[in-house]
Amino acid sequence: MLKRPDPLVTLDGAGICRDGRWLVRGVSCTVDPGEIVTLIGPNGSGKSTTAKMALGILKPDEGSAKRRDGLRIAYVPQSLAIDWTLPLAVDRFLRLTGPIGKAEAADALAATGVRHLARAEVRTLSGGEFQRVLLARAIARKPDLLVLDEPVQGVDFTGEIALYELIKSIRDRLNCGVLLISHDLHVVMAATDRVICLNGHVCCSGTPTAVASSAEYKALFGARAASTLAVYEHSHDHTHLPDGRVQHADGTITNHCHPGDGHHPGPDALHNKGDGDVR
Amino acid sequence: MFDDFFMRALIAGIGVALVAGPLGCFIVWRRLAYFGDTLSHAALLGVALAFLFEVNITAAVFAVSACVSIALLLLQRGATLSADALLGLLAHASLALGMVVLAFLTWVRFDLMGLLFGDILAVSKSDLATIWLGGAVVLGILAAIWRPLFAATVNSELAEAEGMNPARANIIFMLLMAAVIAIAMKIVGVLLITAMLIIPAATARRFAAGPEQMAVLAALIGAASVVAGLFGSLEWDTPSGPSIVVASLGFFLLSLVPTGRRLTRGRDRPATEPRHGAKG
Repeated sequence: MLKRPDPLVTLDGAGICRDGRWLVRGVSCTVDPGEIVTLIGPNGSGKSTTAKMALGILKPDEGSAKRRDGLRIAYVPQSLAIDWTLPLAVDRFLRLTGPIGKAEAADALAATGVRHLARAEVRTLSGGEFQRVLLARAIARKPDLLVLDEPVQGVDFTGEIALYELIKSIRDRLNCGVLLISHDLHVVMAATDRVICLNGHVCCSGTPTAVASSAEYKALFGARAASTLAVYEHSHDHTHLPDGRVQHADGTITNHCHPGDGHHPGPDALHNKGDGDVR
Repeated sequence: MFDDFFMRALIAGIGVALVAGPLGCFIVWRRLAYFGDTLSHAALLGVALAFLFEVNITAAVFAVSACVSIALLLLQRGATLSADALLGLLAHASLALGMVVLAFLTWVRFDLMGLLFGDILAVSKSDLATIWLGGAVVLGILAAIWRPLFAATVNSELAEAEGMNPARANIIFMLLMAAVIAIAMKIVGVLLITAMLIIPAATARRFAAGPEQMAVLAALIGAASVVAGLFGSLEWDTPSGPSIVVASLGFFLLSLVPTGRRLTRGRDRPATEPRHGAKG
């Protein structure tokens, strides 16, 4: 096996506790250069919290979050409200956190299909346009690590596929690591190297399967879409009860769920390394 | 025609306006108008303490304003009160404390109206030096933290994720605010400092295409307000501080006159869209 490069970000048993409640706990994962990692999970499962730990916005209350020294990060937050009192054009917004050359800015805007909006006021943009501008800003930074929190929100379906392809091409061009939070529990990018399913903790992680080769899927979204999107099928070895407790496959009920609490099969069985495997 | 004191007043007022404009933009963008009020109320306590301990008034006002800023930061972190309730608490508590301390100083003769509304015509040469040197330092620091401060104004988490330090920029900004309050108090007085910060920035917003442009425009509009206000006060024998604020209000009202805006809008509008044309 080839020696793996140093990971860009390493979370080790990281958790965030607010007012005595664990928002997310025991998250261990890494993002390597050139790797696309997708976080999925229901609302309130700690996806954004985990991303914020990786970014260094939140300091973990237990465990650790390490970033490689001198890591250049670009972040596309889930929502960003621009106050209407701010006179802010798109080309100035691109230079928000660091200088960016004119050519880079134009290229990035062209890549996300919003070059014509370079001089537009940010607050006049539609949701989808603004999402593309946010992505353009992230690309123009030429990051080592790109963190995207639900980047396809407010973008229509064809636009969504195009954006996923764009993210893949950015990864290919910059060889940056990508940490992507998916807005959809079941549909993730085909280019994803690893999917991490969160629900207050890491429920499971592994490679996505090649999708939906079914005729209905192709009929619905077209053959091109089928090769771009993938369904990551996974079965959980435990169920989250409405009161927050966890029922395990062996029938026991506990207050929390930890990988090492004896209710789970070994990590080798949990983590699927083979490409295209379905669990 | 210019008496010496009038020239000094002009130079002092312009100096304050050039600093207040850019800082005022951040007050407007960050919705901190009430924070400016709180600091200026606290300034009165600073004056009282300066009399009590016989220290430099500007330094005392800066120290008290800075303490109030830090107190606000600490209270926001720990307490369960909203920011505006905390600001109200700090503003009026420090104002009341200041008045109580002043009442004890029976041997000190002070001009309360001068404190509240400013006494720009009594500006001395050393005041001028304080305003211009202090102002230059404030503007220099603001320029140095401009990018992180502006990025944090747009989105604090984004700024922090991409390697900036919004918390540090915020603290420095609050100290700059305290400094401006301290040097502007003599010009327009405690009650009207916030107006010097906000009104020129609000006027500039109408014409600015970018944040940097808005800061420069606010500084220039503020300076024009000082000139117009002082000449008005000379002409009609009105109090100088309030006259400056009234002049800046005049510029703001002028900026609301719709002709210019309608012209620009008409130019931006593509000719091929009659729908919008019918609306306007």
